[in-house]
Amino acid sequence: MKRLMSGNEAVARGLYEAGVKLASAYPGTPSTEIIENLNQYDSVYSEWAPNEKVAVEVAYGASIAGVRSVAIMKHVGLNVAADPIFNAVYDGVEGGFVIISADDPSMHSSQNEQDNRHYARAAKMPMFEPSDSQECLDMIREAFEVSERFDTPVFFRMTTRICHSKSLVEPGDVLEIEAIPYKKNPAKYISSPGNAMVHRPLLEQRLLALADYSDKSEFNRVEINNTNFGVIASGISVQIAREVFPSDYSFLSLAFTYPLPKKLIHSFAEQVDEIYVLEEVDPFMEEQIKALGIEVRGKDIFPKMFELNPAIVRECLRGEKQELSDLDVDMVARPPSLCPGCPHRGFFYSIRKKKKAVIAGDIGCYTLGGSEPLSAIDSVICMGAGFSAAMGMSKAFELSGEDKVVFGVVGDSTFFHSGITGAIEIIYNKGRVIPVVLDNSTTSMTGQQDNPGTGRTLSGEIAEKISIEAIFRAVGYEKVITVDPQDLTAMEAAIDEAIDSDQTCAMIVRRPCVLLKNVEHDFKLCEVDRDLCTSCRRCLQVGCMAIYYVDDKAYIDPGLCTGCTVCMQVCNFDAIHIVE
Amino acid sequence: MSEAVKSIVLIGVGGQGTILVSNVLTSALVAAGYDVKMSEIHGMAQRGGSVSTQIRYGQKVYSPLIGAGEADLLLAFERMEAVRGAAYLKEDALIIVNDYAIVPPPVASGKASYPDNCIEALSNKFKVISFNAARVAEELGNSRVMNVVLLGAMAEVLQLDSLDWDTALKENVPELFIETNQKAFKRGRELARSEEKAYEA
Ligand SMILES: Cc1ncc(C[n+]2csc(CCOP(=O)(O)OP(=O)(O)O)c2C)c(N)n1
Repeated sequence: MKRLMSGNEAVARGLYEAGVKLASAYPGTPSTEIIENLNQYDSVYSEWAPNEKVAVEVAYGASIAGVRSVAIMKHVGLNVAADPIFNAVYDGVEGGFVIISADDPSMHSSQNEQDNRHYARAAKMPMFEPSDSQECLDMIREAFEVSERFDTPVFFRMTTRICHSKSLVEPGDVLEIEAIPYKKNPAKYISSPGNAMVHRPLLEQRLLALADYSDKSEFNRVEINNTNFGVIASGISVQIAREVFPSDYSFLSLAFTYPLPKKLIHSFAEQVDEIYVLEEVDPFMEEQIKALGIEVRGKDIFPKMFELNPAIVRECLRGEKQELSDLDVDMVARPPSLCPGCPHRGFFYSIRKKKKAVIAGDIGCYTLGGSEPLSAIDSVICMGAGFSAAMGMSKAFELSGEDKVVFGVVGDSTFFHSGITGAIEIIYNKGRVIPVVLDNSTTSMTGQQDNPGTGRTLSGEIAEKISIEAIFRAVGYEKVITVDPQDLTAMEAAIDEAIDSDQTCAMIVRRPCVLLKNVEHDFKLCEVDRDLCTSCRRCLQVGCMAIYYVDDKAYIDPGLCTGCTVCMQVCNFDAIHIVE
Repeated sequence: MSEAVKSIVLIGVGGQGTILVSNVLTSALVAAGYDVKMSEIHGMAQRGGSVSTQIRYGQKVYSPLIGAGEADLLLAFERMEAVRGAAYLKEDALIIVNDYAIVPPPVASGKASYPDNCIEALSNKFKVISFNAARVAEELGNSRVMNVVLLGAMAEVLQLDSLDWDTALKENVPELFIETNQKAFKRGRELARSEEKAYEA
């Protein structure tokens, strides 16, 4: 029976059906739920890796050892994992090996809008781009066939609206795939210049064979309805094209998009006069099609950035601008903010008072410490940069003579992802940086996944709980301060102690995330005494959704408050108390 | 089954239970044989951001996405979010709005004030059914079924008689709470019916 499934659910089902034995992933919206769904199947070993590079290497190792494997990440994760991928393409596979990454056009939850299709071309690896959930399932199965048949890693590129849209899916049968008996093959699997010289020309031959496959693949579909007008589209744009263009147009719907089916495109262009190329973000197909000498309309009329939808495409095509009803309401934005009770709040509230502090932040819920009213972060670059960018800043201040104290701030998952190398850099090169780990015992931003510091694996098994303190000590920090951010007095004292210390010093700010379900929280409720409230608005500086003004006095929303007492501690007039 | 594809937008604030409502609606539609596509953005859901779900159904649906000026119905879980969601609506569209406010951070911190003319402004342009579903839910003894009160109202205005709402509800809420949810659903239906009548009068 057909079921409504998200693209992520359908991919997980497809991986299971394809006989995948090992899956390694690092969380990242919109890709996270793929492995979380895959985890329900006992025949697949699924894990959270500490980062994407590790995930790809683990999965590739499994392929070399003879089983079908997959690595899964969001688009920027592929930047982290690029090194092993570019080399794996030279060496090829034993068990089928697929790399899934999900782009985020319109940056719903990402720091950039990079179009990862360029990776397929740069690394010379074949690429699939499904356009709905059924294709997610069918194509992930086919991706393993292609991987084994052409001896190559295969790239499976999704986008937010493919991952998180639901459509009807007919599940298929589960394949019985035997593991390939292991044979040592150093000429194939040792990436040395000598071997690479041998692999390089083979890689070009493989691309020719893949181009032939692309022309014949059932996933690249031609539909000639009209010799005047036609559309070439891939990914979600296939659905949008079907929605917007008249059904009597001709369509070339592409899902195997690297290498592009050049013969198919040529023959389409011979049959159709005017062709539109519809694709999100970069003109990836358009430029290659134009290089074939085929004239098409593309980014000259359609947007070069952000997600497409039918209304946008219609507007571009027909100059039909939809008149939006102006409702004459003074709208207020709803920017995301730290949750009521979030342990990150106490740290940022305390550190913002240090006028000499410069804070290199990082990516996670705690990035919100940079928003108003806390405004306590100077820079955020990418995962792991918190410590290393802080190092560069502190060296620059030393050189320029500016009197600053530099903090590098990362979360626990980020620390294990790529913060550790920055912590080592600071000691090795004698940096004057105070590295801080905001340890809320989870990877919260992406939906509370476990990580090497939580003591649990993806499948819920008890694991070694890797101590952040022990890592700092092992790499040479003389003083390691651990503090509970909910106690503002202790939090401030810890910051002062770190600033004043003559020793190399690291800090761990520890309290579990309020959203964690497996932790016993001591939730309480705070309340404002309106007679004592002087309307000074100091409590608003903690930036908590649960506290706002009603009739010019502070009010705490009982539906939102967790009784963390941070607002109570900052009130100078004892106007806030815990409800007994 | 009508040929035309219908487009519905659900909008609210993280934690208000929009997902459950879209799950009940889509399971009922799928069971009745419709082609259905649904798309949701929930990245910042837990941090008080606005969340929206788009649902399209008909005989054959291509795009899961609804653009500006394309939706037939808006189900808004919060007053100001209703105004935000109105950008999706066709001219003659219908809005069901929960007459209920959730204070956004800039209002909480005193930097902005919550607009007081949301429903009035919406009513000038669209057909609006509004009631305080939060209060209705409290009267039913469980403030958490607010979303199902709204679901009931939507079921009423959609006029999809072939849908088995009760089964879809049972598939999506824990058995323990089914009775309150059924009551909430029924109450939502009644409210929408009487509001619609008031409109016609
Ligand atoms: C390279 C890369 N991979 C994944 C992500 C997605 N991502 C954003 S924040 C985050 C995790 C943050 O966890 P943690 O450091 O523990 O901070 P928390 O959110 O718990 O405060 C992840 C995985 C990303 N932005 N970049």
